[in-house]
Amino acid sequence: MSSILNTGFDPEVQPPYLDTAYKSTILRAPSKPLIMPKKSLSDTTGPLFKDFNLGSLDHDLTKNAIKIAEPLGERIVVHGKVTNEKGQPIPHTLIEIWQANSAGRYVHKVDQHAAPIDPNFLGTGRCITDAEGNYKFYTIKPGAYPWGNHPNAWRPAHIHLSLFGNQISSRLITQMYFPNDPLFKYDPIFNAVPPKGRDLLVSTFDLNLTEPSFALGYRFNIVLRGHNATPFENQ
Amino acid sequence: MKEKIQLQTPSQTIGPYFAYGLTPEQYNYDFPSLVDGNMVKNVHGNEVITITGIVYDGHGNPIDDAMLELWQNDGEHKRFGRYGTGTDKNNAFTFTTIKPKPIDGNAPFINVILFMRGQLLHSYTRIYFSDEVALNATDETLRSIPEERRETVVAKKEGESYVFNIHMQGDKETVFFKL
Repeated sequence: MSSILNTGFDPEVQPPYLDTAYKSTILRAPSKPLIMPKKSLSDTTGPLFKDFNLGSLDHDLTKNAIKIAEPLGERIVVHGKVTNEKGQPIPHTLIEIWQANSAGRYVHKVDQHAAPIDPNFLGTGRCITDAEGNYKFYTIKPGAYPWGNHPNAWRPAHIHLSLFGNQISSRLITQMYFPNDPLFKYDPIFNAVPPKGRDLLVSTFDLNLTEPSFALGYRFNIVLRGHNATPFENQ
Repeated sequence: MKEKIQLQTPSQTIGPYFAYGLTPEQYNYDFPSLVDGNMVKNVHGNEVITITGIVYDGHGNPIDDAMLELWQNDGEHKRFGRYGTGTDKNNAFTFTTIKPKPIDGNAPFINVILFMRGQLLHSYTRIYFSDEVALNATDETLRSIPEERRETVVAKKEGESYVFNIHMQGDKETVFFKL
């Protein structure tokens, strides 16, 4: 087994549990000090990715829910690399994806925003990084949507991403944003991240990744917590 | 030579709309789930246990949009499960698994990662077991928890299941770990 060098959440870039501007944190943030546990074999447990059977269209949200026609909206392709804090690639790790459609509406039953559901777009998918830690998925650029945090609150357009990495401490759920969104400065969830970390949540447009006559290209690299030198053996 | 350290990608909340992406079958969405609360699909017999509980907010109300992941590894069995709190009428979660074996004389436990709307960062806790009295009494991690809070991470055996309620705040606030 590889030696495990944990690193904590970096307070210079990570949001706090409690941020009163994001009102739902007030009754949900732990209030007592966290306790440091003794390290355990169990902390190096990851899901068994070999047990996961991904569908052939899981990485293409523009196709994986088609009923009668292509979904509406701006087709995009997102590329990125997943590494640890030393810049070492994290190969063969699962990325789960969910998002609103181009009108800013989630298919989720709880979402009551009066924008249209796209019958050809579910807004969920997944992919696995390759041997060099690279990933790619196709989707439709999501729209902004309103929420109830404060009067006239709107979330900037974003894609939710869930990653595992090699150990329990590398688990990450984050949101990828789009460049120059005018809603950034009004969004308490984005601004809960300290200034130094905010740019890390914003993808970059890349003409070289753009597929001619097909999809605009964006890059979003992801750094998971941890320094362990050898990839986790998920056997 | 000093290696260049990359800044961690910041965490963001799972939000209220994760269910069709992360737990689609449990919530009846038309997309296959990779994983669910049944962590023992290939195991039969009396070693299977059930763990159930409710996640409460700072006002003591059940949280209906949390997602829990259970990760366990005792060297022999690695298991992983996931369940959302939005489908049960009481907003309970339920996992079926096998109880991990003790490692190096420490009390057996299961790691829990907890996500919800209103958490910008996920929380870590552990499920220990009330019928492991002797090992719990000597376990280094449990002993590092103030005694009056220790039972917040011990699942209570009630009949055939273990009950593990999670309180985000208040007198009964669950111990969360720094990982």
